[in-house]
Amino acid sequence: MYPIKNFFIVLKQVTVGSKFYYAWLAFLGLLIFIGAASYGIQLQKGLIVSAMRDQVSWGFYISNFTFLVGLAAAAVLLVVPAYIYNFKPIKEIVLFGELLAVAAITMCIMFVVIDMGRIDRLWHVIPFVGKMNFPASLLAWDIIVLNGYLAINLLISFYALYQMAHNREYSLQIIKPLIILSIPWAVSIHTVTAFLFNGLSARPFWNASILAPRFLASAFCSGPAVMMLIFQIIRKVSKIEIDNKAIFKIAELVAYAMGINLFLLAAEFFKEFYSGSIHLAPMKYLYFGLHGHNALVPWMWTAMLFNITAFFLFLRPRTRENLLTLNIACVLIIIGVYIEKGMGLSIPGFVPGTLGEIYEYVPTFVEKAVTVGVWATGALIYTLLLKFAIPIYTGELRFYTRETEM
Amino acid sequence: MSKNTCSRSKFKPLTRRNFLKGTAASAATLAIPVNTSDASVWQAFFQKHFQEMSKAEMAEVIKRLEKNYGEKYKTSFNIKTSTALPDTLFGYGLDLSRCIGCRRCVYACVRENNQSRDPQIHYISVLEFEKGHKWVSDLEEADKYYYPHEVPEDGHFYMPVQCQQCENPPCVKVCPTRATWKEPDGIVVVDYNWCIGCRYCMAACPYGARRFNWGEPQIAREEINPETHYLGNRPRYKGVVEKCTFCIQRVRGNPGRYPACVEICPVGARKFGNLLDPKSEIRYLIENKRVFRLKEDLNTAPKFYYFFAT
Amino acid sequence: MRKVDKFLIPLCLGTGIFILAAGSVARGDDIPQYFVPPPPFSEGIFPCSDCHADMEANPERRELEDEHVEISGMFNHASEQRWCLDCHNEDDRDKLRLANGDLVSFEESYNLCGQCHGTIFRDWKAGIHGKRTGAWNGKKQYRLCVHCHNPHSPKFKPIKPLPPPDNPLEIQYKKLSDEDIPRNPLGNIQ
Repeated sequence: MYPIKNFFIVLKQVTVGSKFYYAWLAFLGLLIFIGAASYGIQLQKGLIVSAMRDQVSWGFYISNFTFLVGLAAAAVLLVVPAYIYNFKPIKEIVLFGELLAVAAITMCIMFVVIDMGRIDRLWHVIPFVGKMNFPASLLAWDIIVLNGYLAINLLISFYALYQMAHNREYSLQIIKPLIILSIPWAVSIHTVTAFLFNGLSARPFWNASILAPRFLASAFCSGPAVMMLIFQIIRKVSKIEIDNKAIFKIAELVAYAMGINLFLLAAEFFKEFYSGSIHLAPMKYLYFGLHGHNALVPWMWTAMLFNITAFFLFLRPRTRENLLTLNIACVLIIIGVYIEKGMGLSIPGFVPGTLGEIYEYVPTFVEKAVTVGVWATGALIYTLLLKFAIPIYTGELRFYTRETEM
Repeated sequence: MSKNTCSRSKFKPLTRRNFLKGTAASAATLAIPVNTSDASVWQAFFQKHFQEMSKAEMAEVIKRLEKNYGEKYKTSFNIKTSTALPDTLFGYGLDLSRCIGCRRCVYACVRENNQSRDPQIHYISVLEFEKGHKWVSDLEEADKYYYPHEVPEDGHFYMPVQCQQCENPPCVKVCPTRATWKEPDGIVVVDYNWCIGCRYCMAACPYGARRFNWGEPQIAREEINPETHYLGNRPRYKGVVEKCTFCIQRVRGNPGRYPACVEICPVGARKFGNLLDPKSEIRYLIENKRVFRLKEDLNTAPKFYYFFAT
Repeated sequence: MRKVDKFLIPLCLGTGIFILAAGSVARGDDIPQYFVPPPPFSEGIFPCSDCHADMEANPERRELEDEHVEISGMFNHASEQRWCLDCHNEDDRDKLRLANGDLVSFEESYNLCGQCHGTIFRDWKAGIHGKRTGAWNGKKQYRLCVHCHNPHSPKFKPIKPLPPPDNPLEIQYKKLSDEDIPRNPLGNIQ
């Protein structure tokens, strides 16, 4: 029986590895255990173990969710030039972007689920089984587009891997429509997630039309930055050769995206500070503090500094095409966008609150531990995916087929 | 300027010991009801949406809930499911020229509606403003935590805020599971057995009117109010959202009682009635007084009218 | 305890036996009559005729120094312009007297107050001024002006507020036994 045999091939592939591999898995396992235990506390006592309260009703979990939706776009940015413009060096490595999207979306879904007060009622949102409020609720849209995006990326990457494992060329007739579909779909997961915040007139900080474009622009920064780091790791630990040209090309795209992101931020800054209406308050809270409350101020300026520095590093060909400065820029931009699109986006929606109250939210240990656990789970998923995808990709791993037996 | 603030120095760090204790306990929680012989756990799990239950199903659910609550609070419960009265649209009036900020309404509401005493849940937030300062559009100057020896404080005025029962409620629009909706008499209600606790409605509400059960709601047995409505003051669960329902258990009736906050107000600042009845108190005040609704620029069309009798 | 306190506390706490009323009942002379709880007299003060029946009335305006000193002490109701017998009837002390000479009982004192406070009287009749209890679509409990306002010193007296809400930082996980759950600070206030 080939499927069973092949299953064991994959199982062996992901369970057998170097000492370093085991250490890495053990490390992730420990983090996942801590996260799971913390989530257990949260299940038992309720979300009261978080620092979220009625004043700030979404916190660290939703912040991470927002950032990860952006990260999941990494695939799309790589897909666009690879397939539309047929840029060969990137085309080869799109697969790893899609696998990253799979891991990122899984984390997104986990973050939304752990943020729920009643996980036992999860089935209430399932279409036709529960009572999904579609199309009125943007959260219903998000459930659909996120799961759809997960499905598309799983389908593309697993189909490609399956064919490769059987020594067959994958059929572009099958995969191309899916890839074409995945481009607007990736844009849609961003847009829908942006609209989720954007549509709330109660929260002036989110209720700005610039929100969705900014979401996209910043996602096009952090996602590829993560990919560039991962490519360098992949080519170091495996036989896969990834051309520097591919990495530098991505870096150039990130420079443009960051340019747009900074421009949109400047536009927002100008509008809020020049007009100086009462809707300035959340922006003021973020960057200067409000009535003596300034928990996020150092973070936001750090993000600003990192983003601007990274922008120039990516912009200049000399620093962009030097792996050291490139990697510095990647790290800066990931941190910068993580702050800006994470806590920097969700918290000022609630501060000041709708009745003017200022509650300074700082995540608790449980929230941080659960978050780390989710990230570790995502990293584990990606590690396992790469562990069998890389050798298939390089041709070291092949499934049993009729031909191999003959 | 604002006094409406909190500092974060009081957070208690989670100690390692507590953490491990929680870990052990959580393992127990995770093994939910698989082995229990109590079928009610599964009945609760598969309970349908309130609006989709048949009469028989509803009767069964009410029986189960009355039994569960009765066991928990050691008293017999009555859970009504009365529907909206015909030709009724509830409206509320609050006289800002009278309110003295004494918070009687806050706690009468808690008593009537079985809000959790710990973690504390209040439906009504009374805001204190300095006379001559910004208010209404810029609530940042408000103080919710004022506690002088006596009220009204010199140079201050008060504005209680609770659910405004919008005709165009943003909270209902965003709910991913239709667990909250507007009833024909205009009351926005929550099915506490259908809410998944995503708190999107809380982000959407411009009036800070929705409350989440961050922990298991706790109420002393002697203080429980056993006269309840399914969509109103029946005891709630950990992890669900709740809100003011104009005391649906009191007002849906003929005769229907005034909400608890109306009856407690020592200065008679709170008015309530049927917006469709031209002879009602609420219609009189809308037609004869200067009224405004909070955040009218958002087009939520609240049925909660602030007015100035003098 | 001063009489004024005895007078005010019960009305603020809303104790006493109320007569439920169904809105207004038009009277022959076109002054509507409202069903209200009995006036909140200080203990032992009514009927006034118990003392005044045998007394010779002294219609000269003056400050009372021997009797009703607690009233004259706090009197603050257009006190420059008026004194006792502008409202209390000289001949039959168990009645109040309107400006036109008509007598009204203490149960209908709103007609007296309404002579000056016309707009508020109008709001009161409509249910806008003052506290109402009962049914929004049925029998409503009205209150006399004097249930909430001391007629001799009508301005509202400040009261102690109930506690503010918990600061969000104070809301922490606590597993409490039934006795340890905080009680509602409202107590039995109705």
